[in-house]
Amino acid sequence: MNHRAVQLFATVASLAAILFLGACHKKAAPAPPPPPPPPPAPTASISVSPDTIQQGQSATLSWQTSNATDVSIDGIGAVQASGSQQVSPSQSTTYHLVAKGAGGTQEASTRLTVTQPPPPPPAPAPGPSDEDLFGQNIKDIYFDYDKSDIRPDQEASMQADVQFLNQHPNINFLIEGHCDERGSIEYNLALGDRRAQSVRSTLVAGGVSASRIKTISYGKEKPFCLEHTESCWQENRRGHFVYQK
Amino acid sequence: MSFTGCIFPVSQKVFVTMQQRRGEGQTAPIVRLLGLLGLLFASLLSSLCFAQDWVRTGSGLGVEKVRLAVPDFKSSTNDPQNAALLKTFNDTFWDDLDNSGIVELVSKSFYPLQTPGQPNEVTFGAWNAPPPNAAMVAFGNLGVANDKLTVLGWLYDVKNTQSPQVLGKEYTDVASDDAARIIAHKFADEIIFRLGGGIQGIAESKIYFVSDRSGHKEIWVMDYDGANQRQVTHQNSISLSPRISPDGTRLAFSSLTKSGWDILMFSTDLNRLVSFPRFGATNLSPSWSPDGLKLAFSSSRSGDSEIYLCDAGGGNLHRMTAGQGPDVSPAWNRKTGVQIAFVSGRTGLPQVYSMEADGTNQQRLTDQGYAVSPNWSPNGQFLALAWIRKYGPGEPGSSDIYLMDIASRQWVQLTHDGGHNDFPYWSPDGRHIVFQSSRSGREEIWMMLADGTKLHQLTFTGRNTQPNWSWK
Repeated sequence: MNHRAVQLFATVASLAAILFLGACHKKAAPAPPPPPPPPPAPTASISVSPDTIQQGQSATLSWQTSNATDVSIDGIGAVQASGSQQVSPSQSTTYHLVAKGAGGTQEASTRLTVTQPPPPPPAPAPGPSDEDLFGQNIKDIYFDYDKSDIRPDQEASMQADVQFLNQHPNINFLIEGHCDERGSIEYNLALGDRRAQSVRSTLVAGGVSASRIKTISYGKEKPFCLEHTESCWQENRRGHFVYQK
Repeated sequence: MSFTGCIFPVSQKVFVTMQQRRGEGQTAPIVRLLGLLGLLFASLLSSLCFAQDWVRTGSGLGVEKVRLAVPDFKSSTNDPQNAALLKTFNDTFWDDLDNSGIVELVSKSFYPLQTPGQPNEVTFGAWNAPPPNAAMVAFGNLGVANDKLTVLGWLYDVKNTQSPQVLGKEYTDVASDDAARIIAHKFADEIIFRLGGGIQGIAESKIYFVSDRSGHKEIWVMDYDGANQRQVTHQNSISLSPRISPDGTRLAFSSLTKSGWDILMFSTDLNRLVSFPRFGATNLSPSWSPDGLKLAFSSSRSGDSEIYLCDAGGGNLHRMTAGQGPDVSPAWNRKTGVQIAFVSGRTGLPQVYSMEADGTNQQRLTDQGYAVSPNWSPNGQFLALAWIRKYGPGEPGSSDIYLMDIASRQWVQLTHDGGHNDFPYWSPDGRHIVFQSSRSGREEIWMMLADGTKLHQLTFTGRNTQPNWSWK
């Protein structure tokens, strides 16, 4: 009986051992040590604001990187990992960012366009020239057909001319007498002469020095308007002012 | 008055060379201005009382004109140049006689088949009876030999078979188209002189005028028939109102210079400007006295345009008019030399006035409208002028050429055919008027007989204005 008990024990023990051993076989292989995690790749971005400037202006260049140990921008050199900088290139430039780190190299670029500035405005004049003022302020005087007297609706222009010319006593000028095409050549030259004289004498009466004034008649030889209509003829019946240096 | 009364029969053949003819031209008969003018204007005056109507009068109204046959001249040598020169000669000769206004040219379709080239070929019966029914025949021949052009010409009174020859002429010159034209002018003038009451013809006269065809208004000159147009001045400005002196040696005109409108003087002998005073201000419209010793013109040197007189050299300046309104365009009485017509705007629209040459007796001649550009006829009896008689709102207002009889102030309208007509100027024979007209669409020079007939255009290039006929 003891024997049988020993035998049983041995069997059970064997079985158990088998089971145990079988169960412990997988766990028995020791796992290798895990490799160190790979270093993260660097990231990089760069931008410029504004992206277009006129020559002479500046723009802000901004960049950001991560996982980089060595950051540089072409033309600028090594820079901080992130940052910004004022740039003012004289011509269009592409900014090229290189971020190097343990995890590799990342590049980014941005372009700044530089435009030529518009031609500089003319040197600011001290004020409009006499000739400009003359052209802006002086009004031609218009006449009725075959007439050389200043008609009522032209008196305001005449007064404005007198006032301007008295305020600018250094301006010399020419009065051209013109006629429409309908009259005869010779008579129109005499009529144009009277128109110019009529304007002149009105100016002189208003205090404008006669020595500043020259007159010429063009009769119908140099019309302003060439159509055969009353509105065109009226254009041509005038005393026309010309600035003289 | 019968036409034969005007003829000076020449019984023996008279050959005169061109050189001799030039000498003769200097001593032209003094009767030139009288004679036929009375005859011409007798008919004109008779029509003045109907002046308000458009009546086509003829210069020969009431006067029978000489029926003249002009068969083409014939070739007298075998030179190859003959054909072209004959064409020039025959065309010019016919036109001169046709333009003269004093003869009735017999249509060539009535001529006999055999036309004469020399006296022994004249068949009187074939000419003096119908159909040609000619009173006179002008004929002759032309030939080149040794590069010399010789023209023989005759004028025959074919109704006088006993002594038919009125004229016989020989002309020689170098063989050229120009010479053929000049000889035709000379022979035509001889015939017109004989048949036209002893008044010198105009075939060798010149017409000065203003043309813009160079790009600027300059003074040009042409033959009276429009041939040989050439530029005289080169001012590159604006040049106007040419007036040739009575002897033809000096041309006065008005030009825009740096100092304004000045009277300039051009010597046709020296072919350049000669000195003339600058008077200042606006100086316009010169006019020669008939003796060539004085100039009238308008100047605004006193402030207003007035008529001034000066010597031919510009000295002795004095003012003739005064007062308000522009005074321009003086015209001397070409016969008397003691009156001056002019234009004044003293009452408003321009009117034609006359005054004595000393400035006295100023009288208004036109009664209304817009009257400008007076020009005195060579006989001193008539003014030609440009007139817009019906000027005013709603009026058609066309400018036409009129004649006014100074003594009676009666007038007759010469142009009716539209356009703007201005600057009439008399021919030296008093039978023609040249003027500017826009009737063709732009301003050109036209010519007509003094009764308004035989209107024809002389210029066709550019704008051409202000014609001025030489004094002879």
